This record gives sequence, structure tokens and C-alpha cells, in this order.
Amino acid sequence: MTQSTSGASEDVTLGASPTEQSAVKRNRRLDGLFEHTTRGFALLVLLLLGTIMMSLVISGWPALSEFGWHFFTEDRWAANLDRFGALPAIYGTLVTSGIAIAIAVPVSMGIAIFLTEKCPAALRRPLGTTVELLAGVPSIIYGMWGVEVLAPFLQSHFPTIFPAGTGLATAGLILAVMIIPFITAITRDVMLTVPPMVRESAYGLGCTTWEVTRSVIFPSVKGGLVGGVILGLGRALGETMAVTFVIGNNLFFNPTVTGQGTSIAALIANQFPEADGLQRSALLALGLMLFVITFIVLAIARVMLNRMDRRAPK
Amino acid sequence: MTTTFSHTIPERAAVDQSAHPTKLQVNNLNFYYGDFQALKDISLSIPANQVTAFIGPSGCGKSTLLRCFNRIHDLYPGLKTEGELLLNGQNINDKRIDINLLRARIGMVFQKPTPFPMSVYDNVAFGVKLYERLSSRDMDERVEWALKRAALWDEVKDKLKNNGQALSGGQQQRLCIARTIAVKPEVILLDEPTSALDPISTGYIEDLINELKKEYTIAIVTHNMQQAARVSDITAFMYLGELVECGQTDQIFTQPAKKQTEDYITGRYG
Repeated sequence: MTQSTSGASEDVTLGASPTEQSAVKRNRRLDGLFEHTTRGFALLVLLLLGTIMMSLVISGWPALSEFGWHFFTEDRWAANLDRFGALPAIYGTLVTSGIAIAIAVPVSMGIAIFLTEKCPAALRRPLGTTVELLAGVPSIIYGMWGVEVLAPFLQSHFPTIFPAGTGLATAGLILAVMIIPFITAITRDVMLTVPPMVRESAYGLGCTTWEVTRSVIFPSVKGGLVGGVILGLGRALGETMAVTFVIGNNLFFNPTVTGQGTSIAALIANQFPEADGLQRSALLALGLMLFVITFIVLAIARVMLNRMDRRAPK
Repeated sequence: MTTTFSHTIPERAAVDQSAHPTKLQVNNLNFYYGDFQALKDISLSIPANQVTAFIGPSGCGKSTLLRCFNRIHDLYPGLKTEGELLLNGQNINDKRIDINLLRARIGMVFQKPTPFPMSVYDNVAFGVKLYERLSSRDMDERVEWALKRAALWDEVKDKLKNNGQALSGGQQQRLCIARTIAVKPEVILLDEPTSALDPISTGYIEDLINELKKEYTIAIVTHNMQQAARVSDITAFMYLGELVECGQTDQIFTQPAKKQTEDYITGRYG
């Protein structure tokens, strides 16, 4: 705080009239109030994060202390035997999100490059709007489409790869479709922040679109690009509804990428309403894991960005 | 200045073609932003190894005309060019012309410095790498040559690995000029190159323009009439999308043929 609302010294008035002085006092009081309010909101965020984290730790502690490290190595989630292993769910979460990112990032970049650099004027607005609309489609719609259309299609056309239709890879595909509009919209927006003159200079040297994008535009906005990918990844990691529909909900660890499995979010959504005791605690501990994974992803992104900055010329 | 050059004043059209043959010839050029006609039937020629300045009030089309020369307008939809633009006698508005190669031949420097997010060295080498395969030694030489031509070498020779965007504004603009001449273009287009610079940096760039015209053909757009008078051999005055008058700079500034030109250079409107 740089200004105090109280103790305004009366002897340095700069020759102000009584009216001005009372205005000064009022302004200071209001500005102080404003400052306290905004700081309060900001602190609320920290408080929320802290209490959510803490309640997850407290509620998940019985399960974590019961199983210890076995919580992470146990290859099944068997409620009837009171054996709760997080391995299938954590594996499923990472694999589905990994597939989604691997597909979505190149496709999104391609769409964004086309939209900003090559798209004819008549197409630019409709295409851009479509991308934004797609980003707003509720996940349950994607889930139903996945189980009604995509899974049967995969099963009938590639029965050897997708024997059940549903599975980790199917969930990854659905997630990719969900996050492509998301990453595309962000990528396009950050690409548009490059000043037109910089773009024109690059073209003015005789660059092709690819050279301009790769050497000038992307390096100029790499922070925003990584941010977009991370937001997409965050969405994929936590996505519940669509994944629950198509992942197969197999609670035994199955390393086959195209096989059925489960994810943290899907498992919690399926079991939490009817869980109690140790199972409930185990599910909450699983939620804590999702929290931790998301944190790790964010931390990795930060480190990546720092490293890029360090490698770039100062 | 041994040449006299004009399209609008026949009695002064005794052009010494042998000393400064025409580099860029514009014939009946029209340009439209959508429905708005920004250039109206422009015809002029730009002689080689001379500095041609375009002056005129804001919105008169001088930048638009300059940007026709390297077809940077092609980046944006809805713009239309009609007429002929000949570089060494070849029409560059021909759709068969490779636009990237054209832009390598006709370099451009903009109103604000636009260094790329890479090192000083890479900024200069970037354009060269697009069309030439040089050994690293040859590339070093080329970069040094370009930076020396742009009067920047002494200031950056110890920080070639530093980010080009960390230089001062005036240095950045000279870096952009170095980047442009590194690819050895035939024509250099300068679009108000000093409008964002302080007087000292402006002085550097103007000296540079005088040096560069020995090897290149230069077209410069400027709002600053003193600058046009200082650096150019030929001056073209434009108003509302039309070329009002074009001739030797001395003549345009001392005895303009048109009343409009006189009003503008004496500050009566703008």
C-alpha cells in the first residue's frame, strides 16, 4: 500500500481551500476502500486454492495412509475388495490427454495459420465463428457423439485396433476434437498480436508463408502459444463427461492404448455419488492426484518457457 | 544531379537515359481498397541509382503507391491493382511473376523498426538464407558488409549474438536497412523510414540514403519536406490519389509548375 487513508497530515495542504481539503479526504478514503477491496478479491483466490487443496488432503488422507505407495502401484480399483489402486486412472488420464495434445496441437496450428495468413476474406469470418462456436459446445454433446457415432464407426471399420470401439484412444480422439477449437482460437488470437508491419517486413524480404510463420510470427508469440496448448491440456486432463462416455470404464490396468480403461475424472464421476468410507477417501485422494498432475503440467510449461527465453538471444 | 526528369512538364523532359536508365516504370496505375480508389491513373518512371521522393498530405496515396512496387498489397484480400508496373521492363503485376522473388529484388523498410525476434546476426542473415546458400564464412562476410553499409557495424560488432529487438530505435532501423540490403535487392523502398526516430538517427539514415543510391535505386515516402529536399534527386507530389507533379527536386522546391505543389511545399495546405 502506497497511500494511507488515515493520518493525512494537516499541515501540508498546498494551500487548498476547505472544500478542496474535504474532497481530498473523501478521495483518499474511497481510494483506500478500493484498494482494500481489490486486494481482498485477490487474496480470496489464494484462500480458495489453499482450502480446496487442504480439504482434499484431509479427506483423502485415510486412503493414502492405508495404502501408502501401493495407492500408485496397485493395478486395480476394486471397491468390493477395498483395494484401491490409482494406476489405471492416472495412466488413463495421461494417455488420453497425451493423445489429444499430439493430435490437436498440429491441427490447431494449421487451422490458425490458415485463418491468419492464407484465408480468403469471404471465408475468414465464417470459419472463425465456427471455431468459436465449436469451442463452446458442451462436453456432454461430444460425449454422446462419441458413443453414438465415433465408437461404433471405429469398431466397425477397424475392429482389430478398436475391438470395443470405446477405449483410451477413442477418448483421446474425442478430447482432441474438443480442444482443437480451443487451441485454435487462442493461437489465432496471439498470432494476430504480431504487428502487421513486422509481418510485412518478413514477406517483404521474400519469405514464404511458412518461413514467416516459423521464423518470425511463432517466435514472437511463443509464450502465448505455449499458454494456449497448456490451457487445452488442462481442459483435456480434467474433462469428465465426454471421457466417461467413451473411455470404457475398465477399472483394471490395461497398458494397451486402444484398449478400454478409465481416467481420474471419469472414475470419480462414476463412483463418487455412491461411495462412502475408504472408497470415498480413495476417490478424494485421486482428486488430489489430478490436482497435482495439473500443477506439474503448469510447472513444466513454465520451465519450458524459461528455457526458451534463455536460449533466445538476449 | 545531371538528369532532368519529368512526366508532367514536357519542356523539362530532356532525360539523360544513359546515366540513369529507368528502373521502375509505372503506366496508368489504378489501385482500389475495395470500392475506394486510392491511386488514380498514375504514370511515372523511377530512374536507376537515384533517390525518388514521394511527398503529399496524409492519405494522398504515396505509401499505397510505394507498396504497389513490391506487391505487399497482395497480403490483404479485397485490394485491386490495375495498370502496368515495369521493373527493368518486365511487368511485375503479371500473375506469373514469383512474388517472393520479386520482394527479394525490391526491398522495403517501414515507418517503424521491425527487427525479428532473433539475434542481430540472424536478422541480417535471415533474408540471405532464403535465396542463397553461403558457407558460414561467406555469410559472416555478407553480414559484416551489410551492417557496414548500414553504418551499424561499429556499434553492434561486439553484440551480434544479442537480440536485435534490444537495440535502440535508431539502431533497429539501421538493422532493418542492413537486413534489406543484405539480400542485394535492386530497389529499396523506404516508407517514412525516419518518422519514429530522433534527429541524430534521422541524420544517420539520410547520410545512408545518399551512400546507398550509388548501388541501389531508392524510392522514399516522407512527410518531411526538408527531408525530401535533402535526400532526393527526383520529387513526386501526390494529392488525393493523383500524381500532381513529378520532376527534379531542385525544380519542384524552387519553381513548381503547379499551384497545388507550390501551396503544399510552402505550407498553405496539407
